[in-house]
Amino acid sequence: MVAKKTPLYDEHVKLGGKIVDYAGWFLPVQYEGLIPEHEAVRNAAGLFDVSHMGEIVVKGEDALAYLQYLTTNDIASIETDQIIYTMMCYPDGGVVDDFLVYKYADDEYLLVVNAANTDKDFKWMIDNKKDFNIIIENISDQIGEVAIQGPKSEKILQKLTDTDLSKIKPFHFDRKVNISGVECMVSRTGYTGEDGFEIYTSKDDIVKIWNAILEAGKDEGIKPAGLGCRDTLRFEATMPLYGNEISKDITPLEGGLKFAVKLDKEEDFIGKEALKKQWEEGLTRKVVGFEMIERGIPREGYEVYKDGKKIGHVTTGYMSPTLKKSIGNALIDINEAEIGNEIDIMIRKKPVKAKIVSRKFLK
Amino acid sequence: MKVLKDLYYTEDHEWLKVEGDEAYIGLADYAQDQLGDIVYVELPEIDDEYEKEEAFSAVESVKAAADVYMPVDGKIVEVNEELLDDPGLLNQDPYENWIVKIEIADKSQLDDLMTSEEYEKFLDEEV
Repeated sequence: MVAKKTPLYDEHVKLGGKIVDYAGWFLPVQYEGLIPEHEAVRNAAGLFDVSHMGEIVVKGEDALAYLQYLTTNDIASIETDQIIYTMMCYPDGGVVDDFLVYKYADDEYLLVVNAANTDKDFKWMIDNKKDFNIIIENISDQIGEVAIQGPKSEKILQKLTDTDLSKIKPFHFDRKVNISGVECMVSRTGYTGEDGFEIYTSKDDIVKIWNAILEAGKDEGIKPAGLGCRDTLRFEATMPLYGNEISKDITPLEGGLKFAVKLDKEEDFIGKEALKKQWEEGLTRKVVGFEMIERGIPREGYEVYKDGKKIGHVTTGYMSPTLKKSIGNALIDINEAEIGNEIDIMIRKKPVKAKIVSRKFLK
Repeated sequence: MKVLKDLYYTEDHEWLKVEGDEAYIGLADYAQDQLGDIVYVELPEIDDEYEKEEAFSAVESVKAAADVYMPVDGKIVEVNEELLDDPGLLNQDPYENWIVKIEIADKSQLDDLMTSEEYEKFLDEEV
């Protein structure tokens, strides 16, 4: 299958983006370089094309009941114009996907899901619709989305709108924000650990928004930012990536996401029984953070050993651009997961020493 | 991409500069450009012997790790330890900043490598 182009493809090429095929989309892995883009987001602002993300609308009188049944978090706990992070699981507790739910109204919600999972998610949602009185609509192809991330995001975006952005609190959104003459939905969310906004509009208008933000942020040092730093930023900020820290084979509890799994939620949800059992019996493995003691960079998939015995694998690893040291996440045997414990990461067939640390690398 | 004259090149984008029975080995401009900002270099031990096409070093950017392969059979006689503290030197000047110096085991293997002219053509046509 040929990868798809987002509405911003030509802009990426013009900006010198190094285009790769990611999750079936042609997207820039970097423009100027991963490190300067990463630093721009930590210190000023970066602008990401996230038009590849999937958008699925659920509406109808049973919308809330359906989402309570479908997902792990308590969707009843949010108000209109509020957002919640949640997951949907298989009956065995493995993860179908993790995503944000935007509450439009009591009977209407928007799910923003991982690009690579959009079709799978949509099918899963249809397959589990049961008798709920709802309509499920995949509107991904109609929507363009960009994310402005970094401490200067509000200052930059405020130049382009009359809406008081300081009134949009974290994990909240405004459906009607006029940016440079284009009506957008703006949420105070992101995937970098920094303040910032995600901006949704029609795919035809997103180019205008992209260029307006880059222009408005020039003096503040905004940079277009690629997928490369999107991953290093989210990893440093302890955010999971589907397929790495959680997957169909790694439950949210193992992935350290218990906060988004409401085992005491009144309603039944898919996977609840399995997850409850796993929690009550105790985890046998979990995702931990680690830091290299000896020289070397851990990479996704590298094996982890203790005293010559394999105890797990690296789920994400980098030379952290912010901390300038080699750190990673690994899914390992619970008995070896204590902070301070020394482990070996197999790098090019050689054991290299590391130690378990908190996953909150940035503190 | 910059291609320096009078060096030998491999299809994996290593260069080799011969001095008598010895040679310096480094990464061609194309390789450093593809990797992006290099943040880590792993060096072999002096006196280690490698066969042609065997990985003797690894060079890593934030995003990716790449092995560096021996263009010919040989023994490591010197390593560029400057790269340990400042791996970015390979981005700044990939031809000035060599990775290792080797003693060439069999000089006839040089005939299998590309000249700078051949490598330029290879970059144009194959890459």
